[in-house]
Amino acid sequence: MTEMIAMRDAYGQALVDLGEQNERVVAVDADLASSSKMNMFAEAFPERFFQMGIAEQNMTGVAAGLAAMGFVAFTNSFACFATLRTTDQIRVSIAQPSLPVVIGGAYSGLLGGKTGKTHQAIEDIAVMRALPHMTVVAPGDGVEVRKAVFAVADYGGPVYLRMTRDPSPVVFDESYDFKIGRAVLVREGSDVTVITTGLMVGRAVEAAGLLAAEGISVHLLHVHTVKPLDEPAVVAAAEKTGLVVTAEEHNIIGGLGGAVAEVLGEQRPTPMRRVGVADVYGESAPNDDLLQKYGLTAGHIAEAARSLVERRAAHAQP
Amino acid sequence: MVDLDRNERLAEVSNELRGMVVETLCRAQAGHPGGSLSAAEILAALFFSVMRIDPQDPDWEGRDRFILSKGHAAPVYYAALARRGYFPAEMLQTYDELDSLLQAHPDMHCPGVDMSSGSLGQGLSVGLGMALGMRLKAIDARVFVVLGDGELQEGQVWEAAMAAAKFGTDNLVAIVDDNRIQLMGDTQAIMPIDPIAEKWRAFNWNVFEVDGHDAPAIVAACAAAERAEGRPTVILAHTIKGKGVSFMEDTHEWHCAPVTEDLKEKALTELSVREVRR
Repeated sequence: MTEMIAMRDAYGQALVDLGEQNERVVAVDADLASSSKMNMFAEAFPERFFQMGIAEQNMTGVAAGLAAMGFVAFTNSFACFATLRTTDQIRVSIAQPSLPVVIGGAYSGLLGGKTGKTHQAIEDIAVMRALPHMTVVAPGDGVEVRKAVFAVADYGGPVYLRMTRDPSPVVFDESYDFKIGRAVLVREGSDVTVITTGLMVGRAVEAAGLLAAEGISVHLLHVHTVKPLDEPAVVAAAEKTGLVVTAEEHNIIGGLGGAVAEVLGEQRPTPMRRVGVADVYGESAPNDDLLQKYGLTAGHIAEAARSLVERRAAHAQP
Repeated sequence: MVDLDRNERLAEVSNELRGMVVETLCRAQAGHPGGSLSAAEILAALFFSVMRIDPQDPDWEGRDRFILSKGHAAPVYYAALARRGYFPAEMLQTYDELDSLLQAHPDMHCPGVDMSSGSLGQGLSVGLGMALGMRLKAIDARVFVVLGDGELQEGQVWEAAMAAAKFGTDNLVAIVDDNRIQLMGDTQAIMPIDPIAEKWRAFNWNVFEVDGHDAPAIVAACAAAERAEGRPTVILAHTIKGKGVSFMEDTHEWHCAPVTEDLKEKALTELSVREVRR
């Protein structure tokens, strides 16, 4: 049985441990710290936690002001509100002056705990990625969340940290070396490359297992940093197999799939399939039903990979 | 005791800033004259009397901070910074030019600019963040944020007002350049924001109202704000848009319009005449 950790639990503990080490770390919230587990930081360091109420724009501006005073400020809301309700505040008060603010987006993707399309974030990577100076990090599991929290606090510029709500499979072990901007090769393979971000890495590992049983070997690259994208790693992974599937819990427009297509289109054109939300809004429903309906399961990743492999085989026929 | 020399000097500086604004905007053939001219005394009071700053060490951690939330008044901000010695006055000639530190709206890369601005409604939140940061670092300094009256239509201003009252940041001072006019016309016609003072009072702020063209009165209000323990202060500065240049006064036509050479000469003549008359 795979170990499961909720990113938010890892996040809360990581913030506390970070706060112990680094007294320049401060946190601002828009009344969702108990959801994201930032409240663990609030309890440990009440003087460094600022509750701004249900006012995300002000929260974001206050974080910019704290950053301008030499602090590293973490904001907190659901991913959709943290990035979209506040896009102009992030753009003008944080990204343009390159201030060290970590935009903390909890509950990204479709899994917002039966909250529906208003609370699901499927556009956040695209919007944050389009902001100059912005770094976009979407950890794949609880272990990576912890490593990412420490890394982004030392980064010295604006970062969007994208997380999810519910327990997800642990993919990485504590020993692995996390570096912002460096992709992680999870599994070597030869037939088809799968590139993931966020918790899709766990589903991709499962998909690789399904495909292995069919004799299809998956080369799995995990991109926790969607921007700056590790272009050499993406190109090398595409060259390894000549076929690429991207997988993200995000709209297929503008996110990881878009980023990978931009790089490969210019440097190494490669047949691709993008697994993600097909440019539609979600709905409120149990997690498994959502993932099934919107095409985000291991089975969907496997199907996309299989179809590419089969198409290549068909073309190879004399 | 009234310091006549200081008052005289502030009036002189305000007038000089107006002249620099007109010259800068004429050279650029772009920018916002009306809201720059209305804020001349506010900037003069802050940069030449109130704020503890060191132009030789613009990043001194213990300094007072300034945010021009109504970022389109950048020309008068740059004039004040140049006049105060943050950079040579010749640099004003680069305003709006490629690679210049003097962008159309203030950018933090410019010496003396503590926060980038330009998208209205954001400065007070940032100022609150700075005020909280000062408290956390035990820095005995203040944050001054200048807003426009039209800018008060932005909801974020009131989010920040609510939060500043909650945190009791008495080291935060907002100054509203209440010139009554915005881009398309009278603020009261576009979107009424009166009664402004009552709104801030309702948000639990300490409120002062002053003649915004009386620099010593602004200085006095800033001094009084220091005694308002546990509450942020807003100074409602009643001003005239385009103040000092007759044909620019009290009209939205000069909110954003290029100053021709002829009009520049006319404006500069008026400004120097007024200076002599005083």
